[in-house]
Amino acid sequence: MTYSRPILWITAILTLGLLLTGAVWALFFTPPDYQMGESVRILYVHVPAAWMTLGTYTFMVIASFVGYVWRHQLADLAAREAAPIGLVFCILALLTGSIWGKITWGVWWDWDARMTSVLVLAFIYAGYIVLWRSIDNQAQAARFAALLCFVGAINVPIIKYSVEFWGSLHQPATVITAEGPKMPVEMLWPLLIMALAYTVMFSFYVTLRLRTVLRQLRAGRGLSSRPVSVAQPVTMTDVPPAHDITLSADADRQGKE
Amino acid sequence: MRRRRRRLLIVGLLLPTLMGAAVLALIAIRGTSVYFYAPKDLPETQEIAGRTIRIGGMVAEGSVKPGTGLETRFDVTDFEKTVTVLTTEALPGLFRDNQGVVVQGKLGQDGVFVASQVMAKHDENYMSPEVEKALKATGRYEEYTKPE
Repeated sequence: MTYSRPILWITAILTLGLLLTGAVWALFFTPPDYQMGESVRILYVHVPAAWMTLGTYTFMVIASFVGYVWRHQLADLAAREAAPIGLVFCILALLTGSIWGKITWGVWWDWDARMTSVLVLAFIYAGYIVLWRSIDNQAQAARFAALLCFVGAINVPIIKYSVEFWGSLHQPATVITAEGPKMPVEMLWPLLIMALAYTVMFSFYVTLRLRTVLRQLRAGRGLSSRPVSVAQPVTMTDVPPAHDITLSADADRQGKE
Repeated sequence: MRRRRRRLLIVGLLLPTLMGAAVLALIAIRGTSVYFYAPKDLPETQEIAGRTIRIGGMVAEGSVKPGTGLETRFDVTDFEKTVTVLTTEALPGLFRDNQGVVVQGKLGQDGVFVASQVMAKHDENYMSPEVEKALKATGRYEEYTKPE
């Protein structure tokens, strides 16, 4: 984990800088919308959160795939540590969307395809986190959680296309369309900066959480709330080929492979 | 090595199968489940009388007639057919002529739709008020805000 320190510093500074720039720009230097007026500014919090809800899940699917097929422990842990961050993005998107909905549509909530499918993703996130915590043997938990992650992945395209497939209350995509963004550049730039800020913030938290887990493993204490027994002491210099972190149940199996 | 290939095969089969099943299921229910009816797609009155449904369309220009109290009468149109809507609910801030709306309620025997909820639908266009003014001045406003 010799790389984690500079990564954490760089991502932390970038996150703060981008969030501050994006928020100040979005709140004070962007025009109001011709229909929604000043309430359009929720856009800069809501849309990046919604993007990151799907982005984090996609990250988890890829990490789970690598972890499941190649028994790459660090990939399994990356998926596990990303899940709570994704759930927070998801709840943020739902809450800010609800406030925006009340102002724009006149209702806090409606069971249209977009809102319902995002709520289902929140439950998938929660189920995924609970599954990891409910199985003591973390090597086994990794396998079940990866399978749950794959099954839940069908929801990602459903969310993306829900606004086109069914007539929905939620509007269709604005930024990524065949005809280009249907938004003036003075709104688009701060939105993209906020989206970048959220992405860098995500890398910061994943790195931080992974580093914490790996340090706990190195300390040989296992994971405080999630019991992991370590077959052999793991030193951090051994980490980069991450499958060297051998969780007990996989120790014998890996020998045979 | 053999185990790894088996796992790759499991995931390689599982993912496309699930995706394929989901896509087929979605295509299958696409025709049977609707979030709202356009006025022209509305089933026969006796078929939906007494059932809570949603109708989506535009508020017909000049059709909004405020009644006593919160009562409002307006027409929802898809430019082919028009349904008259009666509501006693508060209207959303975006409600006005030519605004996309979704109304939820029941169709009466007299063909008037009694809405228990009126929601304004926002489209995917964002614009500053100055641009709106400029577009209206050049007469190209409609091109940019045409729904769907």
